[in-house]
Amino acid sequence: MKGLFYGLVPICRKEVLHILRDPATLVFALALPMLQLFLFGFAVDTNVRQVPTVVLDESRTQESRTLLDKFKGSDVFAIKREVSSVDSMYDAIRSGDARVAIRIPYDYARRLQDGSTATVQLLVDGSDSNVAGQTVNTSTGVVLEQSLLRVLPDGRMPIELRPSLLYNPAMRAANFFVPGLIAILLQVMIVLLIALSLVRERERGTLEQLTMTPVGPLGLMVGKMIPYGALAFAELCVILIVMRIVFQVPIHGSLVLLLLLSLPFLLTVLGLGLVISTQAKTQAEAFQLAMGTVLPSVFLSGYIFLIENMPPIFRVISGILPATYYIRILRGIILRGAGFDELWLNGLALTAMGCISVVGAAALFVKQRA
Amino acid sequence: MSAAITADHLTIRFGSFTAVQDVSFQVNKAEIFGFLGPNGSGKTTIIKALCGLLQPTEGTGTILGMDIRSDAPAIKRRVGYMSQKFGLYEDLTVEENIDFYAGVYGLRGSDAANRKREVTELTGVGGYLNRRAGQLSGGWKQRLALSCAIIHSPEVMFLDEPTAGIDPVARRALWDLLFRLSGQGITFFVTTHYMDEAERCGRLGYIYMSRLIALGTVAELQKLPDANPPGTTRVQIETLNPSEVLDEVRKVEGVREATIFGHEIHALVQTDQMHNLAQHFPDTKVELIQPSLEDIFVTLTYKLGAAK
Repeated sequence: MKGLFYGLVPICRKEVLHILRDPATLVFALALPMLQLFLFGFAVDTNVRQVPTVVLDESRTQESRTLLDKFKGSDVFAIKREVSSVDSMYDAIRSGDARVAIRIPYDYARRLQDGSTATVQLLVDGSDSNVAGQTVNTSTGVVLEQSLLRVLPDGRMPIELRPSLLYNPAMRAANFFVPGLIAILLQVMIVLLIALSLVRERERGTLEQLTMTPVGPLGLMVGKMIPYGALAFAELCVILIVMRIVFQVPIHGSLVLLLLLSLPFLLTVLGLGLVISTQAKTQAEAFQLAMGTVLPSVFLSGYIFLIENMPPIFRVISGILPATYYIRILRGIILRGAGFDELWLNGLALTAMGCISVVGAAALFVKQRA
Repeated sequence: MSAAITADHLTIRFGSFTAVQDVSFQVNKAEIFGFLGPNGSGKTTIIKALCGLLQPTEGTGTILGMDIRSDAPAIKRRVGYMSQKFGLYEDLTVEENIDFYAGVYGLRGSDAANRKREVTELTGVGGYLNRRAGQLSGGWKQRLALSCAIIHSPEVMFLDEPTAGIDPVARRALWDLLFRLSGQGITFFVTTHYMDEAERCGRLGYIYMSRLIALGTVAELQKLPDANPPGTTRVQIETLNPSEVLDEVRKVEGVREATIFGHEIHALVQTDQMHNLAQHFPDTKVELIQPSLEDIFVTLTYKLGAAK
């Protein structure tokens, strides 16, 4: 057992020297996630607002203008211009000029007055289902409210909904996305750094030299994990500070618990990087394999898409991704102020995965070194 | 017991491929044993098996009396290894490389410091302690690699083509070092492609197609019947334009092999046809010679190829 960990301290010390000796890699490792954080943090906004809209008002009456004002007032639609024909409505959407076109027919006001049903035509670009759904819903609401106001004698609504949004009252997308992004950024950085570090040794022949020494497989692996784990932990702290200060995302739960539950995630992705390094012969191969782990983590971890809506097979994959559990921990603590009682199972799952990946990597390493 | 390394009917197979076939030999303590053979003939595989990195399929071996099948951890502590890749960290300094390997072998404190001083004095890298390993020339890298490989005072050293791609001056310097170390009682197992290096070795083994086909001192190998087929004579023909003469020599009846060595052509001729050679080259000096190592290995290789 002692032989397995032999050489841990010298390996660890040597890795620190490698990291300090190569500032380019260090800067790359720390700055790239930061750049991505800013990119995603500022660019990703899933709230549907100010959708470019064109209007064909054939009615040109007081009533039609009132209705259009209500559309404008919703913040969902930005009326760019009026068009003069039905054809130009379609043209505007096809060319991408507008995503919504509203047509109020010439008989709109007359039908309202004589009590028959007035129609309003809504053309929506359905290519982005999120935008399409949101604009149709808002339009329905606007029209429904106008209809009710006409039939209610004193203009007072019998029922009023008072929604109250917990945890993210301003519905800021950054509050939802940035915590998830932390998991993705850390995973990319760690898997790449540690996988490349081991494959570099293989390429340069130093790994062959090490196999001739008493260094044990776990001494080598854990010796590499400690410095890169420390680097990742520092990066996590920096990301959290940027999240709090630049993106104004409050941390509702315990910061200590967050940092503590981050450790098993770091362990798991470090182990994943080591597994990759046993499978890759060149640094280029390691890079590709590392990137291959990123895609499923982005799409199937719940970072972007709801896991509950996925087909069963993808839900199974989602269940074996470390990012899935870590994102639950991050969102739970940062957004909802969840405590250990609600999150310990995620931490346990990550710890189990971490141990399996590290021991698996060591076993693969021993098997192939001969 | 004086054998530092023994291999006893070693056979190593990877699936259906036989990398090493029934190889047996002994290397005595403080001996420099040269191991020759073409690339892919199984040299490195034998080293790995002797260091306990892979289990032989059949047969066994010992290092300093320890069984290679069961004592791998103990063997590693008493064995040093240096390959043509050197195994150096080029972004670390000379001293950091030495310190790292000292640490890996469990040397600490004053033991490590004393040993580092001894080794750097011996190899001469002491003047470059703060230089990055990547900035050293090939010869100095090799000295540093040797320093790292002997930091734990190994009793047996495996050198896998240690001089590939190194200039002749540095090669000679390395061999001087090896002789000094072997004088201190260290046993060397050296693989090489260079015949002049092979001739420096006390004893030699030649491996071809996974089999050990020759074993002994240079003098013993020169007397091998296979290297001197009965009824043949080895001669040296001096000439100023060997490449033209070579073709003529090869056409002479009774010449079995001919190859160029500088301004000489070495030929293996049937003894009863020697007069043909004298007829063809009346003005040229033809001398009887002992086979060189290269002659021996080429002849053995041809013989095995013909038997196939």
